[in-house]
Amino acid sequence: MAMTADTPSISAKLSHLQLLEAESIHIFREVAAEFQNPVMLYSIGKDSSVMLRLAQKAFHPGPIPFPLLHVDTGYKFREMLEFRDSYTRELGVNLIVHRNEEALRDGTNPARLGTQRCCGLLKTTALLDALRNHGFDAAFGGARRDEEKSRAKERIFSFRDSAGQWDPKNQRPELWNLYNGRIGPGESIRVFPLSNWTELDIWHYIHLEHIPIVPLYFAKERRMLVRGDSLIPVEQPFVKGLPGEEQWIRCRLRSLGCSPCTGAIRSDADTLPKIIAELVSFRSSERANRVIDHDQDGSMEIKKREGYF
Amino acid sequence: MPHLTEAPNARIDEVSSRPGDAPVPIPIEEFLAQEQSKDLLRFSTAGSVDDGKSTLIGRLLYDSQNVYEDHVRAVTRTQGTHALPTIDFAQLTDGLRAEREQGITIDVAYRYFSTSRRKFIIADTPGHEQYTRNMATGASTADLAIILLDARKGILTQSRRHAYIASLLGIPKLVAAVNKMDLVGYSQDVFEQHQRDLKALVARMGNIEIECIPVSALEGDNVVTRGENTPWYSGPSLLEYLETVPVAERHSRLSFRLPVQRVIRPHQHFRGFAGQIAAGTIYRGDTVVALPSGRKSRVQSISTFDGDLAQAQAPLSIVVTLEDELDISRGDVIASEEAPPQAAKNFEASLVWLHPQAMHIGKTYLLKHTTQTVKARVSSIRHRIDIETLAEQPADTLQMNAIGVVVVEANRALIVDSYNQNRSTGSFILIDPTSNATVGAGMIRQVIADGDGAYAEKDLLQASALLMVGNRPELAADLEERLLALRVAVVRTRVQNPDTWRALLHAGVVAIVESNESSELSIASLHGGQSELISEALAQGIAADHTASAHAVVEALIKKQIIAARIGDETK
Repeated sequence: MAMTADTPSISAKLSHLQLLEAESIHIFREVAAEFQNPVMLYSIGKDSSVMLRLAQKAFHPGPIPFPLLHVDTGYKFREMLEFRDSYTRELGVNLIVHRNEEALRDGTNPARLGTQRCCGLLKTTALLDALRNHGFDAAFGGARRDEEKSRAKERIFSFRDSAGQWDPKNQRPELWNLYNGRIGPGESIRVFPLSNWTELDIWHYIHLEHIPIVPLYFAKERRMLVRGDSLIPVEQPFVKGLPGEEQWIRCRLRSLGCSPCTGAIRSDADTLPKIIAELVSFRSSERANRVIDHDQDGSMEIKKREGYF
Repeated sequence: MPHLTEAPNARIDEVSSRPGDAPVPIPIEEFLAQEQSKDLLRFSTAGSVDDGKSTLIGRLLYDSQNVYEDHVRAVTRTQGTHALPTIDFAQLTDGLRAEREQGITIDVAYRYFSTSRRKFIIADTPGHEQYTRNMATGASTADLAIILLDARKGILTQSRRHAYIASLLGIPKLVAAVNKMDLVGYSQDVFEQHQRDLKALVARMGNIEIECIPVSALEGDNVVTRGENTPWYSGPSLLEYLETVPVAERHSRLSFRLPVQRVIRPHQHFRGFAGQIAAGTIYRGDTVVALPSGRKSRVQSISTFDGDLAQAQAPLSIVVTLEDELDISRGDVIASEEAPPQAAKNFEASLVWLHPQAMHIGKTYLLKHTTQTVKARVSSIRHRIDIETLAEQPADTLQMNAIGVVVVEANRALIVDSYNQNRSTGSFILIDPTSNATVGAGMIRQVIADGDGAYAEKDLLQASALLMVGNRPELAADLEERLLALRVAVVRTRVQNPDTWRALLHAGVVAIVESNESSELSIASLHGGQSELISEALAQGIAADHTASAHAVVEALIKKQIIAARIGDETK
């Protein structure tokens, strides 16, 4: 995103991506300077990939001064985990993986408990436990305000009480780029450096910056369970179709979550420009493919109040 | 969002600002190049339940093809069995559950959309009086503000307030959407009357421009496309205006300033100062000064992940290294040696109060300015702004949503510019040290030189009154402090001689008369040369809570215009 060394004009017009990048880097540096023990939530998805690149940029030529935390539900795609391990090793960052082992031993899965309770145990509880166990006082998340309506109001520095909960009616006013990171014991701040990025900005930036992403985003023939309009990936033993429901389909994932709850879409987009072309042709927002957001009206807001990212 | 033609994947439609136009497919490479050259316009909106703000934004997003189909489906309702399904545009933008339940927007929400020319960020805020703080929050990062008017009603308090807050927060351009033109028969006369009123209004606010556009958000006239219902209007549609209005180059007006966020030192051969450029442009080899130390050096490198740069401009985030080993840490500022910012412990600022707990003169707050946080107090209030009339009133506190001009004293010097020169180095927030809440938002007006503080003799305000407080030393002390904070000339006396009192009244001071009697509180002032007892009723109200009482007395003096608004204040 930087201008080349021979940029001639004094006040060259900056593009919106340059402005977004500069804002995000500023946020990373504020957190690193003001908090004792920050962590970056790393979900392995495209937004996490962009966040990771921005963190590299913020502290270059130094290392990223905080660890990455992946909350592994146990139901992530195999390709996601492979990507996570190889990419973080390549970058030399400190990766912490946390799972709610107890719930997994008890056989928690979305087929048995439903998506709400499953998410509650394997994502929200696991996340809050990990943050508490490590004593993290700030956690970066890759959420964007354009994703979902309740996110549109969340601050860049989003205060959480000692139970990790968000109170949408009692948020700190956030003016200019002056972020209030003051917290009491046990309290924490969730930080969203990508707040002002849109899905298109993310893809465009990945394209321009050549940022590695999980291959699941690119179209290819995959084994899918076809049910109505939905394509459900066949990765877990409890995801079983009726006769004829399992098929090889040329498809890709628009957002990455747990394999039983993340629908794929039929697609031929096997390059970034094709993904972008497909994106702008869609009139369907990306979270529409996730089962969890449809649980009930305003479900994302409820999850966030409870501590979900 | 542009939509895709049936044909090949690698071609997409050009974004059309006219929904009816046939889409023109362009190659993806061209689209990406167009995408990369887009700039960014941030604007704020404010409005209340019934002026159609949410409908306007919903319409702007929908007609410019920036709404996803599933969102539209979710807000399309069929009322009655034979009615056609209609889109509730307001529901496209209203977010939280509480809002949906109450049918109002309660906070600041950010929306995003783009056209082929620009990416836009909308800071969407509610218009109620109690949400001044949210309007200020939304306006703090905006380049432009949309003022919404109901064509049937003209300028209401809410539009006036929003225009004022926009001007206070340094937004140079306003666009007035005169909405609901369909309900006044698209009358040119009505529109032109509102336009005259609006121009007269902003003329009082100083350096700010306004563009007026007649629209109907419900019918879509002049929101994205120009409507056929207003043939007399030849100006741009709202979106056309937003797409073409020049974005102010506010970052570059001043010479270079880099508030240091962090020192980056991966090894002993590299010591870089990381920050986001607050103003101006820096070139490799430039001589810079580190503040507050005042030591100079030259820029050795401008370093980024993407390689070293020969120059960088605001608001990029960079790392600079210097030729000399200067002791620089977070909170310091690296600036151009020509016209650097000033170091100041005392300054005058406009302050928007954000918190239910009122501002307390003399209380220690934490003040965050650029990258440093210091302890600070508000030592006095010059005046409070009546946001309805824009009149300046004396005040001894600021309640939530109040705006005043105050004097701030920081424990340590800050490296500042005035807000109208630079938003980054001219703004600050106040944080309550106990609750950690963000309680105030300030904009520096001018630096006050040391020794030229709030209590300078020449600044004292003349006002005449006798406050008979009896034997209440704490109340007397509290009153004295509050009145001094208002820069009123105050005398405390135990002399019980009416001639002396009269002389004090004529001398133009507020005399706090104490005695050993536990008498009732009374206030006397001069009226037509005669002293007049003005407030016996107040005496009944003197309870054990002396703080509240002193406040009540001061408020009564203001209300009775014994302490009058300052005229010809040198700070205007």
